[in-house]
Amino acid sequence: MKEKLILIGNGMAGVRVLEELLERAPGRYEVTVFGAEPHPTYNRIMLSPVLAGEKQFEDIVTHDRAWYAQNGFDLRTGTRIESVDRTAREVVASDGSRMPYDRLVIAAGSHPILIPVPGKDLPGVITFRDIADVDAMLAAAGSGRRAVVIGGGLLGLEAANGLLARGMTVTVVHLMATVMERQLDDAAGYLLRRELERRGLAVITEANTECIFGDGRVGGVRLKDGREIPADLVVMAVGIRPNADLGKATGLATNRGLIVDDRMVTSDEAILAVGECVEHRGQSYGLVAPLYEMAKVVADQLAGRTDSVYQGSVTSTKLKVTGIDVFSAGTFGADKDAEDIVFRDAARGIYKRIVLKDDRIVGTVLYGDTADGARLFQLLRSSEDVSAERDTLVFGPALAAGGAAPDPIEAVAALPAEAEICGCNGVCKGKIVEAIGAKGLQTVEDVRTHTKASASCGSCTGLVEKLLKSTLGEAFQQGSSVKPVCGCTTYGHDEVRKLIRAKELRSIPELMQELAWTSPNGCSKCRPALNYYLLCEYPGEYRDDAQSRFVNERVHANIQKDGTYSVVPRMWGGVTSAAELRAIADVVDRYQIPTVKVTGGQRIDLLGVKKEQLPAVWADLNNAGLVSGHAYGKALRTVKTCVGSEWCRFGTQDSTAMGIALERATWGVWTPHKVKMAVSGCPRNCAEATVKDFGVVAVESGWELHVGGAAGMHVRPTDLLCKVATPPEVIEYCCAFLQLYREEGRYLERPWPWIERVGIAYLRKRIVEDAESRRALHARFRHAISFTQKDPWAERAAGAAAHEFSPLAEVVA
Amino acid sequence: MKIDWIDVGDVDDIPIMGARVVRSADGDIAVFRTADNSIFALYDRCPHKGGPLSEGIVHGRSVTCPLHNWVICLETGEVEGPDHGCAAQISVSIDGGRIRLGLPRASRAAHG
Ligand code: SRM
Ligand SMILES: Cc1cc2nc3c(=O)[nH]c(=O)nc-3n(C[C@H](O)[C@H](O)[C@H](O)COP(=O)(O)OP(=O)(O)OC[C@H]3O[C@@H](n4cnc5c(N)ncnc54)[C@H](O)[C@@H]3O)c2cc1C
Ligand code: SF4
Ligand code: FES
Repeated sequence: MKEKLILIGNGMAGVRVLEELLERAPGRYEVTVFGAEPHPTYNRIMLSPVLAGEKQFEDIVTHDRAWYAQNGFDLRTGTRIESVDRTAREVVASDGSRMPYDRLVIAAGSHPILIPVPGKDLPGVITFRDIADVDAMLAAAGSGRRAVVIGGGLLGLEAANGLLARGMTVTVVHLMATVMERQLDDAAGYLLRRELERRGLAVITEANTECIFGDGRVGGVRLKDGREIPADLVVMAVGIRPNADLGKATGLATNRGLIVDDRMVTSDEAILAVGECVEHRGQSYGLVAPLYEMAKVVADQLAGRTDSVYQGSVTSTKLKVTGIDVFSAGTFGADKDAEDIVFRDAARGIYKRIVLKDDRIVGTVLYGDTADGARLFQLLRSSEDVSAERDTLVFGPALAAGGAAPDPIEAVAALPAEAEICGCNGVCKGKIVEAIGAKGLQTVEDVRTHTKASASCGSCTGLVEKLLKSTLGEAFQQGSSVKPVCGCTTYGHDEVRKLIRAKELRSIPELMQELAWTSPNGCSKCRPALNYYLLCEYPGEYRDDAQSRFVNERVHANIQKDGTYSVVPRMWGGVTSAAELRAIADVVDRYQIPTVKVTGGQRIDLLGVKKEQLPAVWADLNNAGLVSGHAYGKALRTVKTCVGSEWCRFGTQDSTAMGIALERATWGVWTPHKVKMAVSGCPRNCAEATVKDFGVVAVESGWELHVGGAAGMHVRPTDLLCKVATPPEVIEYCCAFLQLYREEGRYLERPWPWIERVGIAYLRKRIVEDAESRRALHARFRHAISFTQKDPWAERAAGAAAHEFSPLAEVVA
Repeated sequence: MKIDWIDVGDVDDIPIMGARVVRSADGDIAVFRTADNSIFALYDRCPHKGGPLSEGIVHGRSVTCPLHNWVICLETGEVEGPDHGCAAQISVSIDGGRIRLGLPRASRAAHG
């Protein structure tokens, strides 16, 4: 009969033990897993991006129930183990059931610390530990509401940043003089604080919390100096305490944590422990890297490799706040024998400090430029003598070798094999290089899948990429100087377009033949791109290939996660009427459309329409004069406007009419990526024109034209293209701009990265300074659009592509 | 289990490198036609999160799911590349341009 293994704690450390065990001794144990949380395993460190709205809970689930089932692990979620009967070798669960074990692994994590101030138990005081906490925070969050975060360490700052991203007014109160004082020195702490404040966080340091006040619910925080900070939500993030509850209850040796020896065995030979709950050589950890090292040893022990030992970990820290680069490792407190090397670049906000003792690195803090973190951490861990490169250490290895500008690829190439690339998953350079060679890996995604490097917090993605470059050399160099469209070809986007022109290629099959595509008919990456390039090159001639379009563009609606569609009619310049609204309301009633939502683009979204209903819905909308809004397309989306001089007391021009005219002039065009525009009536800019692909801001003397803004994953203000005097000029310049983008932007490249690639000066030259070129671009635009300004909904409502909207057959059992 | 061969339509009813749906009591079935005119049928549910495979881009003998771009092999129903999973397959026979699906139990065509 198989030995019975019970795991208590379905968290990051516990599950890593199971993974390691699968590699060493699959099937050796009959495994039961008890987890107090109701979920399968998720990546706890990614709770911060979930809180900030950058990720969804589903994205961070690392092991779903199917994984447990496949591997024969019996998973009991929502079941807490209350005690362990060590004599009978049985665990006792919260539902009273008992289960016997031969080996027991405790991986119970830690408890968030609640400082014992009055009011700590008021509703609205939340810790930051699990997804339930995040849900509770989100329920209390909301724009315009106020939060106080107690604790300015890693966790507190990530919580504060997340709540700020949710639109809250956030104050961090921190006991010490600098934030993240355990990881950062004063200088880096200052830079970090300055950046957080610039983003809108209020930070109060040396703040001692006296109490949390409120009537039945949190109302605010009072400090010892008498200050009161009102709050609708208080997040307590002052630290963690190892969860040694079970150990204490059952008489295992405990101190702050559950004490283990180097084999990760507790004072009871049958019981091992792993993760944040343990205390090893007097040390407890609160980061995943050491837990993963422990998990290897636990798995070794369970697999019978009893000589395997854990000897403690040196840790490094990174802050996961998008756009802020902070790295810290080792110690840098006041030690009179230690020497400092410091580099500062005030203008760029860069600070680097390396602490040496006896010519060896004992600590480092990097702010603003953390590219060298891995190399320095490696030197720190290996305790190498660095006296030879002392003078140039802080500038990175390339400069140390006498080169001019530091080359990041060389820097990675210079790393030794045991240098750690992915801190979260403990993957070193050697393992990645080996996998690249042995498995023929080509992309970061490949490396992620096969080695787990960069699969957790993702902050080492850049390193992995450079490692690929340095390992593959020529092979990758080629691919990187010209990134291929996809795996079906070695040609890049620009090359393909040049060859289409040079060889007069007129269809996708012809192109694939002539350019020696390596797949029979491409893939879902290249076919949409090729279809667009041909469409752009041969307007009116090329026959659009529906099968090379993503479903949204094929069926002129946006697919939703449940397979239904959303329908967004055009609302010219964001202006509507009673008749249009009535028609929309009628359609909603008639087809029982579940959700009607106002979009961020000044129009109305009908969500949850069944595919078969689409033609009828469109026909009814058409009857009221409503046409497709192309919300689904790499095409002109919206032209937002403000009320402008018609109504607004500040308006300088009729921005609404200008927006409508622009939308009428440009709708229906296909572009490399979606295009959004806006027109504001004065520099107060209520239509947010300066974060649009093409934005117009009216001023007394005319119209400013702005290009290359974005407000998506990357926020970028526009560059000013030029100023013009009249509405017809606005339209001419806009069309010329769109045409240049259509002809030279790469597929799926928004205008802003294209502009960053070619430079705004180039756009000015082609569109502003050279009137001839502008007119030609404008003419080509008009020509192209003359073929596509047809309402695709009307065509389909009239029966085009009918096969899309009806089943082939229905069979009944 | 007894298999009934049910006529669901003509090969030409499906666009080349496209798919159509057959509604059945067991859920939708996606019937694909590849560039070389082979026909394959899978239940119209992506092994990832149930995305409608019939709406994906068909290339070679694979389809890319429209929701999160998993690539599914039409010949086996297996997920290609690093992801794992399998979409349930249905046998197909072609006779004189007519497509017949091999469905368990007695089934009958309602309309084509
Ligand atoms: C419906 C809407 C949200 C809402 O309820 O308000 C929306 C919904 C979607 N957006 Fe958006 N975005 C909407 C306004 C915006 C805005 C605000 C705006 O336009 O003023 C932005 C930021 C502005 C910008 O684009 O720079 C925005 C930035 C994005 C991005 C990020 C683009 C980027 O370059 O970073 C994506 C992803 C993409 O396109 O690749 C995206 C993609 C999507 C998609 C299409 C995701 C998808 O592929 O399924 C969403 C589904 C639409 C649907 O109807 O099913 N959406 N999206 C808004 C539709 C506006 C409209 O009337 O057409
Ligand atoms: C918001 C946040 C951000 C973080 N960011 C980082 C980061 O950037 N980098 C980093 O390295 N680390 C980070 N960490 C720390 C990291 O998440 C933890 O070190 C790690 O999750 C600890 O793993 P564990 O398995 O020991 O504990 P956990 O992951 O907490 O797992 C313990 C599990 O055991 C369960 N449990 C406890 N007692 C019982 C019982 N009696 N019966 C049944 N189940 C029980 C608990 O419910 C829990 O699910 C972060 C943590 C948080 C909360
Ligand atoms: S941008 Fe100017 S004109 Fe337009 S609404 Fe705002 S204040 Fe008024
Ligand atoms: S549902 Fe198909 S890829 Fe996600």
